[in-house]
Amino acid sequence: MDKVIKVGMADLKVTAGDGILVTLGLGSCVGIALYDRTTKTAGLAHIMLPSSKLIRNNQNKAKFADTAVEYLLELMLRMKAKREFITAKIAGGAQMFSFKGSASDVLNIGERNVQATVEVLRHYNIPIVAQDTGGNYGRTIELHADSGVLVVKTIGHGVKIL
Amino acid sequence: MSFPLDNLSSLYLDILKEIGTIGAGNAATSFSKLLNRRIDMNVPEVKIAEFRDVEEMMGGAETPVVGIYLEFNGDISGTVLVILDCVSAKHITSLLLGDAPVAQKEFSEIEISALEEIGNILTAAYLGAISSFTGLTMKPSVPSFAYDMLGAILSVPMIQFGQSSDKAMFIETDLINGTERFRSHFIVIPDIESFPVILKALGVV
Repeated sequence: MDKVIKVGMADLKVTAGDGILVTLGLGSCVGIALYDRTTKTAGLAHIMLPSSKLIRNNQNKAKFADTAVEYLLELMLRMKAKREFITAKIAGGAQMFSFKGSASDVLNIGERNVQATVEVLRHYNIPIVAQDTGGNYGRTIELHADSGVLVVKTIGHGVKIL
Repeated sequence: MSFPLDNLSSLYLDILKEIGTIGAGNAATSFSKLLNRRIDMNVPEVKIAEFRDVEEMMGGAETPVVGIYLEFNGDISGTVLVILDCVSAKHITSLLLGDAPVAQKEFSEIEISALEEIGNILTAAYLGAISSFTGLTMKPSVPSFAYDMLGAILSVPMIQFGQSSDKAMFIETDLINGTERFRSHFIVIPDIESFPVILKALGVV
């Protein structure tokens, strides 16, 4: 039996072997899936905001792109993952609502979350091997630790295997 | 000033609840007029919960729901999100449009317009109640519609709350048409800068 581990909003988890990390209903948030194929170590974060540096209330490391990647790496390395083999897949960052002609800061947060995630991963030298971001719809994602496959499910926009 | 969700005084909660009751009462009245039939409501519940619990309290992250989103500006500014479960949304559109409810999951353009209008009416009634209570004026924007997973729709207000808290506040109420219940959730988020204005208008500070 595969072990399914749920990752909530502003939450992150790691597993190895045959575990499956799942986060449900990503909207403007971004799911950051890290994987080391040599040790089958997987980590998944569900971040809500681009940077911990702009916010006073920043204790929850899983809430921000910068601190979530740092913490996820730390946990994976503690599980014997090999730093040089870790790759990333990312999904989410949708714009769920829009008004004609409006460039509301609140509404384009998804795009900013994706940009920040890409920058943070570049900073840590982690290659992004697959990406399914943007659009105006939600996504449920599953990271399979045995294969590193990331399954992206939607309502009305099909299923993608990354 | 930080968003005071983590240490809201019980007085402030009582005031929010009172406003919620008046707002939902107004909304039910407007809704009754629109549908030309009697719509009752229960007493709204003001709930504050951790992010991870909110989705479960509303029915699960992957449940398909309708979200109608508006921004408001004026003496205070912020956003409003109305969430209806899919079955309620279909029932409401069929009442409004005079069609038989259809099992089809997607929403047609006319159904979306009808739901946006309902979002408008509920929000106007709600903001009207806050306005009469506080003397502050607010003007809502045009509504924006989404039909998607609850978690994805909730991510929008959660990110706003997330800038200053790990908790969210929402108001749950049932609008009742005979034996049918339409559960609606309101999430009202004043901008952080508006909080001192509201507290002052309420005479709390």
